[in-house]
Amino acid sequence: MKSVKVIVPFLLALSLLSFSSFGFQSDELLVDDEEFGLEGSPQHRSSEPVLTRSQPVTRKRHSDLDSDSKIQFSLDHAFGDSDFSPAGTFSARLKTWSHGGQTLTKLRFSRNSFTDENKEKFKNLLKSDDFYRIRLPSKALSPPGRDFVISSVKARCLLREGLDEHFVIHMEGVNVLAVNYGSPGSCPYPRNLKFPAKWSFNSHTVLKNSEQAPRAPVFTEEILGDENAEGEVVQPPERPFWAKYWMYLIPLGLIVMNAVTQAMNMPEEQASGQAPAQGQPSAGAVQRGPSSAARRR
Amino acid sequence: MAIRSFFVPFLLLVLWFYSSLSPVLSLYEDQVGLMDWHQQYIGKVKQAVFSTQKTGRRRVIVSTEENVIASLDLRHGEIFWRHLLGSNDVIDGIDIGLGKYVITLSSGGSILRSWNLPDGQMVWESFLQGPKHSKSLLLLPKHEIDCINVVQTNLKIEKDNVIVVFSNDRLHAVSCIDGEVLWKKDFETESFETQQVIQPPGSDLIYVVGFAASSQFEMYQINARNGELLKHESAIFSSGFLRELSLVSSETVVALDSTGSILLTISFQNGEISFQQTPISNIVEDSSGPAVIIPSSVPGIFAIKINSVTIFIRVIGKGKLEVVEKLNQETAVSNALPISESQQAFALVQHAGSEIHLVAKLAHDWDANLLKESIKMDQQRGIPHKVFINNYIRTDRSHGFRLLIVMEDHSLLLLQQGAIVWSREDGLASIIDVTASELPVERDGVSVAKVEHNLFEWLKGHMLKLKGTLMLASPEDVAAIQSMRLKSSEKSKMARDHNGFRKLLIVLTRAGKLFALHTGDGHIVWSHLLHKSEACQSPVGLNLYQWQVPHHHALDENPSVLVISRCGPSSDAPGVLSFVDTYTGKELNSLSLDHAVVQVIPLPHTDSTEQRLHLLIDSDKHAHLYPKTSEALGIFKREFSNIYWYSVEDHNSIIKGHALKCKCTGEVADEFCFDARDLWSVVFPSESEKITATVTRKLNEMVHTQAKVMADQDVMYKYISRNLLFVATVAPKGSGEIGSVTPEESWLVAYLIDIVTGRILYRVTHHGAQGPVHAVFSENWVVYHFFNLRAHRYEMSVIEIYDQSRADNKDVWKLVLGKHNLTSRISLFSRPEVITKSQSYFFTHSVKAIAVTSTAKGITSKQLLIGTIGDQVLALDKRFLDPRRSVNPTQAEKEEGIIPLTDSLPIIPQSYVTHALRVEGLRGIITVPAKLESTTLVFAHGVDLFFTQLAPSRTYDSLTEDFSYALLLITIVALVAAIFVTWRLSERKELQDKWR
Repeated sequence: MKSVKVIVPFLLALSLLSFSSFGFQSDELLVDDEEFGLEGSPQHRSSEPVLTRSQPVTRKRHSDLDSDSKIQFSLDHAFGDSDFSPAGTFSARLKTWSHGGQTLTKLRFSRNSFTDENKEKFKNLLKSDDFYRIRLPSKALSPPGRDFVISSVKARCLLREGLDEHFVIHMEGVNVLAVNYGSPGSCPYPRNLKFPAKWSFNSHTVLKNSEQAPRAPVFTEEILGDENAEGEVVQPPERPFWAKYWMYLIPLGLIVMNAVTQAMNMPEEQASGQAPAQGQPSAGAVQRGPSSAARRR
Repeated sequence: MAIRSFFVPFLLLVLWFYSSLSPVLSLYEDQVGLMDWHQQYIGKVKQAVFSTQKTGRRRVIVSTEENVIASLDLRHGEIFWRHLLGSNDVIDGIDIGLGKYVITLSSGGSILRSWNLPDGQMVWESFLQGPKHSKSLLLLPKHEIDCINVVQTNLKIEKDNVIVVFSNDRLHAVSCIDGEVLWKKDFETESFETQQVIQPPGSDLIYVVGFAASSQFEMYQINARNGELLKHESAIFSSGFLRELSLVSSETVVALDSTGSILLTISFQNGEISFQQTPISNIVEDSSGPAVIIPSSVPGIFAIKINSVTIFIRVIGKGKLEVVEKLNQETAVSNALPISESQQAFALVQHAGSEIHLVAKLAHDWDANLLKESIKMDQQRGIPHKVFINNYIRTDRSHGFRLLIVMEDHSLLLLQQGAIVWSREDGLASIIDVTASELPVERDGVSVAKVEHNLFEWLKGHMLKLKGTLMLASPEDVAAIQSMRLKSSEKSKMARDHNGFRKLLIVLTRAGKLFALHTGDGHIVWSHLLHKSEACQSPVGLNLYQWQVPHHHALDENPSVLVISRCGPSSDAPGVLSFVDTYTGKELNSLSLDHAVVQVIPLPHTDSTEQRLHLLIDSDKHAHLYPKTSEALGIFKREFSNIYWYSVEDHNSIIKGHALKCKCTGEVADEFCFDARDLWSVVFPSESEKITATVTRKLNEMVHTQAKVMADQDVMYKYISRNLLFVATVAPKGSGEIGSVTPEESWLVAYLIDIVTGRILYRVTHHGAQGPVHAVFSENWVVYHFFNLRAHRYEMSVIEIYDQSRADNKDVWKLVLGKHNLTSRISLFSRPEVITKSQSYFFTHSVKAIAVTSTAKGITSKQLLIGTIGDQVLALDKRFLDPRRSVNPTQAEKEEGIIPLTDSLPIIPQSYVTHALRVEGLRGIITVPAKLESTTLVFAHGVDLFFTQLAPSRTYDSLTEDFSYALLLITIVALVAAIFVTWRLSERKELQDKWR
């Protein structure tokens, strides 16, 4: 049992790296491995973004049936409404699973440096607060696929020391669903005009796959019955009468005392019947005051 | 900590009240009809059959385009019974068999049903299969002129009356008693298209005539007793036929050749086919253009239409034709009605300005009119589309006629003795868009209804109420109180009320008619049929937008709505804009556009007269600004760079984001036209995903607070953006019906996409899920409904999205010192820091529509309004769809109002807002905020209409409407009197004491 506990985080880390969008299917495959004989081990559902830059070199651990090959696809950019031109290349490792599914891992990006012409164009974008647009093929294997996925950002948003950019590439198998492009941080609204100190891009790329939806909970009858019985609020532990109701008793006592003293002081005034009538709402206000305050809290 | 323990019992008490009260919204029996109303419609009538032979209730059976079969009272137009068939169960034909069964043929001729005429119970149902799809024809042998002859039908097989049905390329004879198929007959000829099934009266023969291969006329003669083929003849006409036949006698039909210029009289007497050709130009002098045959079945006469002229032609003897009349107005012709042994009558309805002319004639005698009347008709009803004739015996034993006519606006009218006996606004059964408008402010003299007549009545009313309150009322008094409450003229007043309950619902129907319905009792305040102009003959209404909502400085103006319509059926046909005053229903202006309208974007800006700016996107992706004023252009220029929109290309699963670029670079300089550019695109892999639903937030939704306080004193900030789009895609295989795929090959992916930058903020896959997906988006959450193939149940999921970039504003000192970023402007180009929470629950019903309540300030908690498959509207508290629910919530979470997690959502019978009623054919639910924060107005429409007021957290901000002010007043008076009395008594006592 102890060894299992050690293995679980290790496995999680491993499976993070060899992540696939078909969470269920990859599970099925790995059941063959003896380490994965854990039934009901917590299934990692969310795809942690894989930072390609800081990707540590990991041991190669695939089942023999898997094969991988390198592929490349290009990033195009456009300044404002100009035509697209090549701006860099993404290279990734294509992993083919034994059941036919394919995924990309270990994405790397190499950007071409800006030519002088590009710099001039980019400066114009900055001046006119216009869009810098990029595009990727929608099929990484056979570019361009059906269409290009486009993303754009106001050029001024990219400006830091140099030029900071952040790609989030949403994948579905080997298809690029969408690319989200922008600055890695915030882009404060009144965008001020300034020019970059150095013309080099600092790129971050993230590959994202779809999350698995949590399953709707299925309860046993027992719990259900429990829930149904729970029409009234769960009773707090029993306490003495005084401890439970002192907050009602004190105002009540005050009212009674007030009424009594009034009746004693002015026995001639018959309108004392109004005293409780005044007392009631005040007691109500005592009750309502804290409760509304508490709900707002 | 001490303070905390002090509050706990209070909180528990409050919580207990809250949880025990709030989910239950039910009404008491005597509250039904106080704030809600329900109207029943049937839709545009396709076919009508009268049932008046027998004594008793006179009725008409109708089938409609909304797939309703209904039995209407001929005297008042009320519905006796009504059945709504499914949306894919289109009615092909109806008739009455044996005088007591209603026979319907539906679903492309494959389902034949029989209903009991008096009460609408189904008697039998039979399925008719055939080799291929074809035109469906229903034929009930009709020999009876009146009921006496019913017994002597010649077509009897073991005393059965036989229904002859041609459907799915097969001829069936079905018993009228039990729906059993007696015989069936297939037609071998390839590409045979049946046009008519004819049974000559008094014979055992059935003729089936039609065309094969477009130039061949085919005739089959069949024995009606056993389906035996007696004769098969065919003849070729070299220049081909138009696919329409008019039956002029039992053995003669008239057709047109393929050019529409030659009339062919085809007779097949004794099984011999013979053609007679008559060029139209020979009998009609100034004929130009191709002709079309108007389907009719008047013996000896048929009608053709050339351009807009209707020409009636009589067939004399051996194929000789003679023009009897040419009518220039829009005309509708009824079928023939046998009125005696040898006479058949038919009716003609012509539209002439503000009147319609009715003529009833005998088929063999064109010149004599049995009936000639003119009736004034509301111009807003348009032209007559259909007419059905029925006769009755007048008190002087002569023939009288009543006509049922269907107008252009889909209304149904019964005309008799030169007057409209009743009318039904059945256009309201097909509402396509709804918007709400305020009523005029109450001014002196505007007030329509006097609330109370005099002091005595007023006092009497309040005495009754007092009795009711003190439970002293007798049953008669209770009835009186109830009727008083229901009839309260207050609620149908034509002026704004303080709480904003009274409004006008402006609805656009499929017929292109606008109606204004009063929310008080649902009566029609005005109606307006969209005008036809020179440029546009048949505008198709598409959408309604609020064009001008005056408040503040433009109060003198009347509010108006913008109606977008399209000129013709194709999606790139030019658009038409109409501006309609919502107080009067007058059309203020109408613009025929030179571009199509693909998308309409109401901008969040108004000009000085409170006209809202709208951006219309045409099919070439140009954006056009309306209104076309320089002021609007000025406002627009200021916001030019901040306008973004998206477009969904359903067919190839691409969503694109756009922004404005520059002025149009077209040949004509138009300063209100702008070019667009693509900013982003999301390309869904066509082999694995297909867009099935896209939902955005309502534009006018109010959110009261951005912060949400958790039980552990933590604050979460809702990610509230108007630019979020929810998209659901399903596997292309799984887009069919539920159960057509296995769970392994079906999935559903839900996306939250920012429409300015195209960022996918959240993406989640539900494996083994299948559409149809219904979703609703409000504040920072979206709820969607789908089918779970693994669990064999429907499921509802909720996604809530929270903003993390503001999460560090919890420090009080930061807030005090102003070092927070709560008021800073946000740019969507920043990288969003959001977290999402989601949860799924099982849900019992399948859903037709989902909406959410909306209130004026957004303080009141929300309820989901779910249109169930049973055509009811269920209110479900949003608290049940809270992703923070857990099986065992902590004490603190319980205090906050978190309900312990259950696997399915509860359906509490009392929370049906439609209580006992059904909104047949439910299509949409619209919520409109009232001025009173606690209350929202709900309008559900389908074939029926339903309206009610809802208070999701009960009416915490007002006294209930049955609060007795009189009782309060009387109590105060009594108390004051008591004070005086006791004061006098005490003074007297004091005096006595002093004298002692």
